[in-house]
Parts: sequence; structure tokens; C-alpha cells
Amino acid sequence: MTTNTIFSGFGGQGVLSMGFTLASAAMLEGRYVTYLPSYGVEVRGGTANCTVVVSDEEIASPVASEPEFVVAMNQPSFNRFQNILQSGGLMCVNASLVNASSVRSDIEVLSIPTSELAEQLGTIKVANMIMLGALIRASNIISFDAMIKNLAELLGEGKSKLIKLNREALERGFNYVKE
Amino acid sequence: MSGNAALGEAAILSGCSCYFGYPITPQNELTEYMAKRMGELGRVFIQSESEIAAINMVLGASVAGARAMTSSSSPGMSLKQEGISYLAADELPAVVVDMVRGGPGMGNISPAQSDYLQATRGGGHGDYKTIVLAPGSVQELTEVVPLAFDLADQYRNPVVILGDGMLGQMMEPVSFDNIKPPKEYPKDYTLTGAKGRPSRMVRSLLFDTKEEEEHNWKLVRKYQRMEQNEVRYETFLTDDAEMIVIAYGIGARIVKGAIKRLRQENMKVGMVRPITVWPFPAAILQELAKTVHDFFVFEMSAGQMIEDVRLALAGKGRIHFYGRPGGIIPTPVELYRIIGRHYYMAARRKEQ
Repeated sequence: MTTNTIFSGFGGQGVLSMGFTLASAAMLEGRYVTYLPSYGVEVRGGTANCTVVVSDEEIASPVASEPEFVVAMNQPSFNRFQNILQSGGLMCVNASLVNASSVRSDIEVLSIPTSELAEQLGTIKVANMIMLGALIRASNIISFDAMIKNLAELLGEGKSKLIKLNREALERGFNYVKE
Repeated sequence: MSGNAALGEAAILSGCSCYFGYPITPQNELTEYMAKRMGELGRVFIQSESEIAAINMVLGASVAGARAMTSSSSPGMSLKQEGISYLAADELPAVVVDMVRGGPGMGNISPAQSDYLQATRGGGHGDYKTIVLAPGSVQELTEVVPLAFDLADQYRNPVVILGDGMLGQMMEPVSFDNIKPPKEYPKDYTLTGAKGRPSRMVRSLLFDTKEEEEHNWKLVRKYQRMEQNEVRYETFLTDDAEMIVIAYGIGARIVKGAIKRLRQENMKVGMVRPITVWPFPAAILQELAKTVHDFFVFEMSAGQMIEDVRLALAGKGRIHFYGRPGGIIPTPVELYRIIGRHYYMAARRKEQ
């Protein structure tokens, strides 16, 4: 099985790190994976996106034509990427910033109020991890338990203090979809 | 690991002892990686004042016997051409990495394949050639980099690694287990101080025209040996193919995605992916032309490799072309539609 996911939003929302975390977690599971960032002349506040392909077989193209999943953290990303989503695909929308009323009728939408949920944890900085937790719950691209177990390795040495906070954020997103 | 970082680590494992570079997107992560790692290992890293300085530092390090490398992207590569011509004339080994971006001029920083002709035709002045390796994945970089250093030493000639912005920026899992400790090559030309031996000179200034002609023919014989021995390519589903796509580097990855879709609809499309774009794998195309009539060239340029395909096929078959210049990355579905249309038209032509 091959799944293509596009993460998109403002620069500074942690869009690339969301994709990178998913790609690394999939790699630790022993899956084939490619991570392709858009590396334009973006700055904080500009647009950012990345494509993550996770597969059980060798990946031909790291470019996704019709992704199964799109994460849109802001309105411009929602407008742009809902058009390339596969029919029947899933759009994870940051409900704190995005008005999704103009959505296509042949796709599913999952609205997550990431900012509000993140503020409950004390910092808006983990809004991206809440979204990632929700995506994993809704998509089953990778195993959530394995990811939590590997979190120390995924975040790297410098961020060991933040493991607890990130785990809570991922679980918050994961459980929000459960409910 | 990103392609740029993997390239850096592969170079280090291949025994690269000197790296000189000047920043340019999209290959900056390579310079950054080398800045950190070369220092840790007690090897030489210099961020030069310009691309021209970097390539001439490579020349200096190489003539002293070091495994030297530099890297840049399109506009920077143009500046390095003079130095590459001197390296070729002086018969000095060096590895030069080009992570191609959209051009001409300053262009943009998106991935492109528009410097194919510059890389494969020498690029600088004079009758010279460089081996040009075009890897298609981050893992393949770990095979191509040690090969580049070995070929440079073996032939005493600069070797170009032709990537693009996407290969440099994208991340894939990568293993370095395949890289063996570097081989030793005879260094009977290096300038290491003439104590206890006659002095040597390395130069490309040959005022005597006869001498220069002899030197040129000597280089030509070397390039002929390369053409005989160093052609590398990959074939993908060519056995029953009725149309062969020729694409290289990251372009070939996108084509592979397209071919998987085409095959699902029983369109018999295969691919030849040159790994050395010079020397170009002409023989396999001539061989395939015995049974296949339609060849499809895809490049992220307005059409450069197509010249080599024309030369290889020498009038045989029919050549189709699709190109996206300017730093555009087409999707597999786009290529699937285009190749599929050409495939149908070719099939209809056959029926008539």
C-alpha cells in the first residue's frame, strides 16, 4: 500500500516538521518513505508545504499527483490543495483558522481546532503535533503506539525536554478524533 | 537524510580530504554538512570567496594529491567551467557536484535539468570531456559518489555529479554500508616537493602547437577508453515494451510513477535511465531500436538530452518529446496522460 500526504500551511506553523516526523516514524517502522519539502523563497508567514510518501514497496515518484491525505493549516493551503486531493480522500483542516464551507462534496473533511486544543496544553506551538496525532488516527498510515515509543529518537537529543509535551499533544489530537 | 547531507557523508566515507565551496541554493545543505563534519575529522573545509576561487582551490589540492571536491548549482557552475577546463587539461582528478536549478541567468531555485548540455559537452573551452553521473535517488548518491572519486583518480580527470534541487532537498532513508574504504591510486604526478627526485611540472600552457596536438590526442584516447568502459544505465520494463521512455535523474523517478500507471492499463511502456549521461548509453538504445519503433524523451528542460538520443538512434525509430523547463516539477499523472496519448497515437499509426 502506498499513501501520499501533503502537509501545508504558513511557514512557522510546523508544517515541515509535521511531515518530517511522520516520515521518520515510518522509516523507523521499516517502511519505504520519501520526504519532499517545497524549498522556495519562503519565510515565516509565507506558504510552506511538503509531500510524504509512505509505502510497503519501493517508491517510484516522490511527487504526489493525487494524494490520499492533505493537511491544511491555513486558508490558502485549503483552497489550493483541496483541488488535487483524490476523490474520496481526506482533508484534515485546522478549524482554528480555516473556513471549510466551500469544500468539494466528494471528499471527507476532518476539522480539528488545533489552536484551542494546543492552548489547553499551555502553548500554541504544539498545534502541529495535535494535527499529526489526529491524522494518524484517521489514516492509519503508521502505528501510533510505535511512534510514541520512538518519540525520543524522532525529536532528537536537543529536544529531550519536550518529549512529554509532544506526546501529550499527539495523544490529544489522536483522542480528539476518537471521540 | 536529505540528498545533500547524504552526498556529504558519502564523500567523507570515500576519502574526500578537501572540500571547497561557495553557498548557493539548492545545494547549501551539502556545504553546511561539510563545514561541520570535515572540521570534526581534521580534514580541510574552506568556504571560498567565490565559485571561481573554490574550483581553483580544488585544482591546487588535487595537484598536491588530495581527494578534492567542490559543489554548486547552475549559475555557480558556469563560473567553475574555466577551472574544470584547466583540471581536464592538467589531467587532475576532482569531483564537482552540480545541483541544477532553473535558468538561464539567475533563474530560480527550483529543480531543473537544463544544464545537461553544459555538463556533458565539457562546458568550458577546449577539446575535453568529463564523466557525468546522474543519480536518481538519495540511496544511489551513496553509490555514485565513491564511484566518482574512483573514476576521477583512475582516469585523472574531473568527474561531474549532475543532480538537481529536488535530489538535494528531498529526504529518503539511506544506508552507507556499501561504501568501501578508498582505494590507493599511483600519485606519480603530484607536486609534493622535489627532494630526492627530479622536479615535476603540471601545466596546460603548451605553446608548441605540435606538442598541444599530441596532448589533445592523448586526452581523446582517454575519453575513448571512458566511452568503452564506463557507460552505466538502468532499464525498467523494457523486455516487452512498445515504447521506451528515456529520462534521467529525478525526472526518471517521476516517469517510473507514470509507467506504473500506464502498465495498469496494459500500455507496454518501458524506460532506459542513463546513469552516466556522458558517456551516453547509446548502444542499448541502438539494440532496443531493433524491436521498438517509438522512443519518448522526457526532461525538465526544453530539450537537451534529446540530442544524444537522436545521435544514438541515428535516424532509427520515431522520437517523441515532452519537456518542462524553468524549474517546474511535473506530476506522475501529467506524464501518464502525455505518454499515454503518444502511445495511443503511435499504436494507431501502426494500424494504418
